[in-house]
Amino acid sequence: MDFKRVRIVVRTELKQLAQAKDFWFPMVILGSLFFVVIPTVLFLTITQIGDVQVVDKVSRAIDVLPPSTQAAIPDASPAGRTAYALAVFLLAPVAIVVPLTISTAVGAASLVGERERGTGEFLAHSPAAAREIYLGKVIASIIPGYLTTFVGFGAYSLIVNLLVGPEVGGWFFPTGQWWVMVLWVLPPFLAITLSIVLRLSARVKSTAAAQQASGLVTLPLIGIAYGQATGSLFGAATIGTIMGGLAWIVALISLSRGMQKVQRSRLLGVADGI
Amino acid sequence: MAPLDPSSPPAPGAAEPVVLLEGVRRRFARVEALRSLDLRVEQGTVTVLLGPNGAGKTTAIRVITGALGVHGGTVRVFGLDPDHKTDGQSVRRRCGVVSAKPALYDRLSGFDNLRYAAELYGMGWTDATKERVVEAATRFGIQGSLDAQVGGYSTGMKTRLALSRSVLHEPDLLLFDEPTSGLDPESSQAVLHLIKDMAADGTTVVMCTHLLLEAEGLAEQVVVMEAGADIASGPPDDLIRRYWPDDSVRLGVEDPAMLDGLVALPGVRRLTPVEGAAGEVDVDLDHLGRVPEIVLALTTRGARLTKVAPHERSLEELYFAVRRPHLATGDAPEGGGLAPVAPPPDVLAAAPVPAPQPAEEASV
Repeated sequence: MDFKRVRIVVRTELKQLAQAKDFWFPMVILGSLFFVVIPTVLFLTITQIGDVQVVDKVSRAIDVLPPSTQAAIPDASPAGRTAYALAVFLLAPVAIVVPLTISTAVGAASLVGERERGTGEFLAHSPAAAREIYLGKVIASIIPGYLTTFVGFGAYSLIVNLLVGPEVGGWFFPTGQWWVMVLWVLPPFLAITLSIVLRLSARVKSTAAAQQASGLVTLPLIGIAYGQATGSLFGAATIGTIMGGLAWIVALISLSRGMQKVQRSRLLGVADGI
Repeated sequence: MAPLDPSSPPAPGAAEPVVLLEGVRRRFARVEALRSLDLRVEQGTVTVLLGPNGAGKTTAIRVITGALGVHGGTVRVFGLDPDHKTDGQSVRRRCGVVSAKPALYDRLSGFDNLRYAAELYGMGWTDATKERVVEAATRFGIQGSLDAQVGGYSTGMKTRLALSRSVLHEPDLLLFDEPTSGLDPESSQAVLHLIKDMAADGTTVVMCTHLLLEAEGLAEQVVVMEAGADIASGPPDDLIRRYWPDDSVRLGVEDPAMLDGLVALPGVRRLTPVEGAAGEVDVDLDHLGRVPEIVLALTTRGARLTKVAPHERSLEELYFAVRRPHLATGDAPEGGGLAPVAPPPDVLAAAPVPAPQPAEEASV
């Protein structure tokens, strides 16, 4: 494995992605909705407008949270406690959904896209090993999603701290558990998803088919990942850490198998019997 | 065919071929793209693979670089197995490929496309590499457009960029699949000159085409492919001599009736009417020394001659002569063939003597 070549593939993939405004525009809208528009409207409604009905409903939801989680919610006004719970436990797990969606969209088009554009022929004839190309594309698919998470949550943090912070005694986000989720739980789930999505991308006949098939894989994984994320945010840190560890093992196995299975001939778009 | 033993040394004095394919088979699902392909390409030569669509030319190129594995037979390139994990990398590093589609990244600039190739082929990214990129682009007249996105290039510009990319790392073996498709005549000419120049410098070239004029004068070896197998191969002159061992002269007369009975003259082997030229025939002779006798015989009859010229067979004639039995037996793949320039049936029917079968020993 020549990691220098992997880096070259990653850099070139990202450079192409940066030029693809038709890809970025919908993704920016998606990210803006999840990280800026929805939180702003929601927290303004709760903290500034003081919608009693919303506060009342969410307050009751807080009662069903685990005691340890409830204890983590600072003593504040009902509106403050409600906004805090929403900021940390409801919207923060979006960190899982957004990168998975973005990375899957990039990954699904990667190998089949090479075939559709005819550039797979160039790669197939190049000295780059199929596993180097595969790994390069996995990494190049992870980066945009992961980057969006950090940029998006940068904006999100600012919004929740400015709108909710004064109600709960100061800036509070990101929490320690959020860091665990983003740094420990999210990456393996991204890797698992992309290792599968890229193998699908190598096999299907069109980008559209790859995206359809990816949806089937991604949805259950989003569910599992979301469960893990909320679990770790709800205070079951040990379970979250263990599940994160298991996810890392599965991710490494899945990536390794993906690297072994991907074939150079798949880049050519031929009905291969080998 | 017995597989090659790569460990056995070549015969003393015999240079190892750059490309050696023996009995290569490759199928895609139920379709056999290569049935039994034999190919031997010597260093510094230009080999042209001729054949209709679906003959297996592109698959042959892919097999040579190891982009595709094979289901049977043996492939050796630079003495290595291109399908082997590490040997394959060594082989591909020494190959430059231009595929039928330019295979460029439309969203990247021309410069970035070349940079990607340079780095993947292990050239690194130094000032020397940058110079090399510009040099390769200049060679094909594309240096002025390197900063523009490739998506905005014309077909010809894309082909030129793909050609620049193929020579960037100074490969030992160039594999061109229809390299002039989409190019204007001037650019095509330039590409063909470049191929000649590179071969003269010791680079080995294997080129696929179905443009016979393109191959004429360029090929040191032609391989005619049909349905995944080579049906004839060798230097063009040798092949022409195999198919037409006799000398030939083209005669023209004002009154075509004067040609009646010409075939009965001593030394005349065969008469073939020239397509689209009434009163002209190609006369195959046992030797060109017969020409004065034939001219005398015709003028004695009162024939007015309009043309007497030695007739040199073209690659196009050779191609159709080689493929004729396969076309007749329906061996050709569906949709294949070069129908637009195929000789009309009356020309074939006019030949009183059947085409001689190729000599076995001339086959590779």
